[in-house]
Amino acid sequence: MTIGVPLAELLVSFLIVLGAGFALIGSWGLVRLPSLMERLHGPTKATTLGLGAMLVGSVAWFQLVRGEWTTHELLVSVFLFVTAPISANMIAKVHLHRERQGEPSAQPGPAGVPAPPPGGTDWATHSAPQLGSPGDFVGD
Amino acid sequence: MIAYALAIGFGMLGLALVMNLWRLFKGPGVADRILALDTMVINAIGIIVLIGIAGGSGISFEAALLLAMVGFVGTVAYAKFCLRGDIIE
Repeated sequence: MTIGVPLAELLVSFLIVLGAGFALIGSWGLVRLPSLMERLHGPTKATTLGLGAMLVGSVAWFQLVRGEWTTHELLVSVFLFVTAPISANMIAKVHLHRERQGEPSAQPGPAGVPAPPPGGTDWATHSAPQLGSPGDFVGD
Repeated sequence: MIAYALAIGFGMLGLALVMNLWRLFKGPGVADRILALDTMVINAIGIIVLIGIAGGSGISFEAALLLAMVGFVGTVAYAKFCLRGDIIE
C-alpha cells in the first residue's frame, strides 16, 4: 500500500472521529430514550459500530503510517461483534423477568409492555428449562 | 491532524462515559444499571485503543482484548444472577 502519509492521517482521523461520534450517540441514546427496551438499541448498535470504526482506524494507522501489521484489533472487534447481541439478549431477559416480578420501572415505552410469546406459554426466564431443551441437565 | 482527531475522540468518549455514569446512578431498574456498566466497559476499550494510537505502541491492545473478555463475562454473570439467583448452577 503506497498512499501518502497525509492521506493516511486523513483517513485515520476520519475513522477516529466517526467512531467516537457513534459512541457518543450510543450513550446519548442510553440517556435519552424512554424505556429499557429502547435504551438497549443505543449501546448495542451505535457504540459497537463506533468501536469497530476506531479499531479499523487503528489497524490503518499501524499499517499505513508505521508499516507494521497488528491483528489484535481485529481480534477485539470480532469478539465485541460476537458478544454484543448475547449480552443484549441477557439484559432484555433480565428486564422482562424483573418487570413480571413487579419491579417499579419507568413509564412504558412507545411500544408498550411486551406481549407474551405465542402458544400460551410464558417467557423462558420464568420457568425451569423444559425437558429436551438445552440446559435441562438431563444426562449431564 | 491526528492529534486534533485524538483530542476530539478523547473528549467525545469522556462525555459518553459521563452519560453512562448518569444512567448508572439514575437508571430505575437493575437492567438499566447492567446496561450502563456494559457500555462503560465498551467505551473504556475505545479509550484504550485511542491511547494505543497516541502512544504509538501496540502494547495496550492486550489490555483492550482482556477488558473485552472480562466485560462480557461480567455482564453475563450479572444477568445470570438476576435471572436465576445463582451464577453457576
